[in-house]
Amino acid sequence: MSQPVIDIRDIAFAWKQGPQVLDIPAFRVDPGERVFLRGPSGSGKSTLLGLIAGVLAPQSGSIRVLGADMSALSPSKRDRLRADHVGVIFQMFNLVPYLSVTGNVLLPLRFSPARRKAAGNDAEGEARRLLARLGLEDEQLLKRRVSDLSVGQQQRVAAARALIGAPKLIIADEPTSALDADARDRFIALLSEEVTRTGASLLFVSHDASLAPLFTRAVDLAAINRAMTRAGAAA
Amino acid sequence: MSALLSLAWASLLNRKGSVILTIVAVALSVALFLGVEKARSGAREGFGNTISGTDLIVGAPTGSVNLLLYSVFRMGGATAEVSWPTYQKIAAREDVAWMVPIALGDSHRGYRVMGTNLDYFDHYKFGGGQQLSFAQGEPFSDLFDAVIGSEVARELGYTLDTPVTLSHGLGAADLGSGHENRPFRITGILKPTGTPVDRTVHVSLEAITAIHVGWETGAKNPLADTIPEEMIRSFDLTPKTVTAIFVGLERKGTILTTRRAINTNRGEPLMAIIPGEALAELWNVTSVAERALLAVSAFVIAVGLVSILTSILTSLNERRREMSILRATGARPHHIFLLLVFEAGLIGFLGAVLGIVLIHGLIAVLAPLLQAQYGVAFSMGAPGLVDLAVLGAVTGASLVIGAIPALTAMRRSLADGLSVRL
Repeated sequence: MSQPVIDIRDIAFAWKQGPQVLDIPAFRVDPGERVFLRGPSGSGKSTLLGLIAGVLAPQSGSIRVLGADMSALSPSKRDRLRADHVGVIFQMFNLVPYLSVTGNVLLPLRFSPARRKAAGNDAEGEARRLLARLGLEDEQLLKRRVSDLSVGQQQRVAAARALIGAPKLIIADEPTSALDADARDRFIALLSEEVTRTGASLLFVSHDASLAPLFTRAVDLAAINRAMTRAGAAA
Repeated sequence: MSALLSLAWASLLNRKGSVILTIVAVALSVALFLGVEKARSGAREGFGNTISGTDLIVGAPTGSVNLLLYSVFRMGGATAEVSWPTYQKIAAREDVAWMVPIALGDSHRGYRVMGTNLDYFDHYKFGGGQQLSFAQGEPFSDLFDAVIGSEVARELGYTLDTPVTLSHGLGAADLGSGHENRPFRITGILKPTGTPVDRTVHVSLEAITAIHVGWETGAKNPLADTIPEEMIRSFDLTPKTVTAIFVGLERKGTILTTRRAINTNRGEPLMAIIPGEALAELWNVTSVAERALLAVSAFVIAVGLVSILTSILTSLNERRREMSILRATGARPHHIFLLLVFEAGLIGFLGAVLGIVLIHGLIAVLAPLLQAQYGVAFSMGAPGLVDLAVLGAVTGASLVIGAIPALTAMRRSLADGLSVRL
C-alpha cells in the first residue's frame, strides 16, 4: 500500500479562546482518490483545509501530508510543501486581477521551482494545454481581463492553476457554489478528468450532498468530527 | 526576485491611475530638489568662472569679500582708493608680471562704468582662461571712446558709434548729476561672457580723470562744463588714484610672499587677496541660505515619499484577497513582503527618473530665458552624479518606506491564511 496523501490522526483545533472546532480521530486520502467531503457552512471545513494546507497548526494530534508531519515542520517548510505539492481552488474570486489568464495559471510556478520543473520548458504551452482541456481555448477569451470572465470561466482558470506543475494534491473549497447546475457538473467532470490524468488526489469540499456520486468516495465531516457531534448533542 | 519584480510591475499597471499620480508627486518633489541644487551649483560655477588667471587683487584695506565683490562683481563700492604712486611702486616689483588698474564709481543708466587700460583686454580672463573678445569693433583708443559689454548693448540697443554720456556715482542717468557734457563714442562691443563684464561700460583711466576735471572738491564745480574739450585733452590726465588692481605674477609660487609684502606695505595701507580664497569665503556666507533652501526641498521629497506610503497603505484593504490567493498558490510571507517593497521601490524609482527628465527638460527650455531675464545661471548638461545620487537615494528610501505596508500585509496574510475573508 502506498503512502497516504493525507493522514490525519487525533487532531484537535480551536480558534483563540473559541470553542473547539475540530476533533478528528482519523481521516485519510490515498493517492489517486477523489474524495468528497460534505459539511454545512460553519462545520469547520475551511479550518480543516487550512490545517491540511499547512497555514494553520493543530493544538494536538498529527497531520501528515505526503508523509511529512505538518505540525513538526517549520512554517516556512510547510509553505514550501504547499507550494510544491498542493493546488488550491477557492469558492470564488480566485484570480489575481492584474495578471492575464495564463499569467494566473502560471502563478504557482513563480513560487515553486519543483512545479516549474514539472511543467517543463514550455510552461506557457502547458498552461494553454490545461486551459484547453478545461474548455478554455478561445484566443480572444485568453486575452481578456480575468475580471471580465464569467464565474464559471474563472473557476476553470483557477482549476488550471491548481493543476499546473502536477501537484500531488488538489484542494477545492466549494469551487462550484457560485455556478449553476450545468456549469457545476461540467466543472466537476473536467476537474476529475484532469486530476485522474495527472494522478493527483482531490479533496473536494462542499455543502451540496447531491455532488457525492461524482467522486470515488464521500465523507461526511459531521461523521468524523467529534467536536460537531458533541456540539450537536449539547444543542 | 525577478518573478516578484514583474508581479509588482503588473500590480502597479493594474492601478495605473493612482500610481501615476503618486509617481508625479514624487517626480515633482525630485524636480524641485534638483532644480534648487542646479541653480545653486550654477550660481557657484558662474561666480567661480568670473575671474581666472589673476593671482592677486589689490585694493585699499577692507573685507576680502568686499574687495572681491566690488572689483570683480561690481557690487557695492570701495571706501578708499589706491594712490597712483603706490600703484607704480607695486608695478615696479620684480615678481609682478602684469597689472591691470581699474577705476570705479561712475555709471551709465544703471550699468557700472569701469576705467582701465588696454592691458585689461589682454589679461582679464574668465571661465577657466578665456580671453575677452570683441563681437564688433575694437578697444578704446581715443580719450572719449567706450567699450560696452554684451548685455549693455542688448538691453540699451546700442551699436557702434552710439554716443553715450556717463553719470557720476551709481544712480540712474535721469538724475542728471552727470557728465552729460562729455559724450563718449562706442568703439567696441564685447562678446557675451556670462560674467559682470557683460554689464560693464569700459573706458580708459584717462577718460575717468578727464570727466572729473572740475570735480576736485568731490562735487561738481559750476564752471566744470565751461572747460572746452581741447583744453581737457591738453591736461595731464594721469589718474591720481585707482580703485583696485588685478595682478599677475611671474611665478605662481610667490603668491603668498607677494601678498604678504603688499599687505605689509609701508606708507599707504593696502590689501591683497587671492581671488579663489575670497570666493571660498563668499561661499561660506551664502552657503547658509543655500543649505536652508536645500533642506526645504529635501523635505518636499520626504512628502513625496510619504505619498508612496499612503498610496500603498490605502490599497492594502482591497488587496487582502489577492494576498491570500498568492499565499495559496505558494507565496511565502517574505514574498508578500518583497512584492509590496518592490512596488514602493518601483514607484520611487520611476518618480525619480521622471523628476530628473522633467528638470533637465525644463532647464534646457528655460535656462536661456532665466539667464537673460534674471541672470540666474543653471548648470546645464547631461544628468550627472548628483542626479544619480538622488535617483539612488529616493529609490532606496522608497524601498525602506515600503517595508511599513509590506510588514502589515505580511502579518495580515499570515493571520488570514487561506480562508479569504471579504
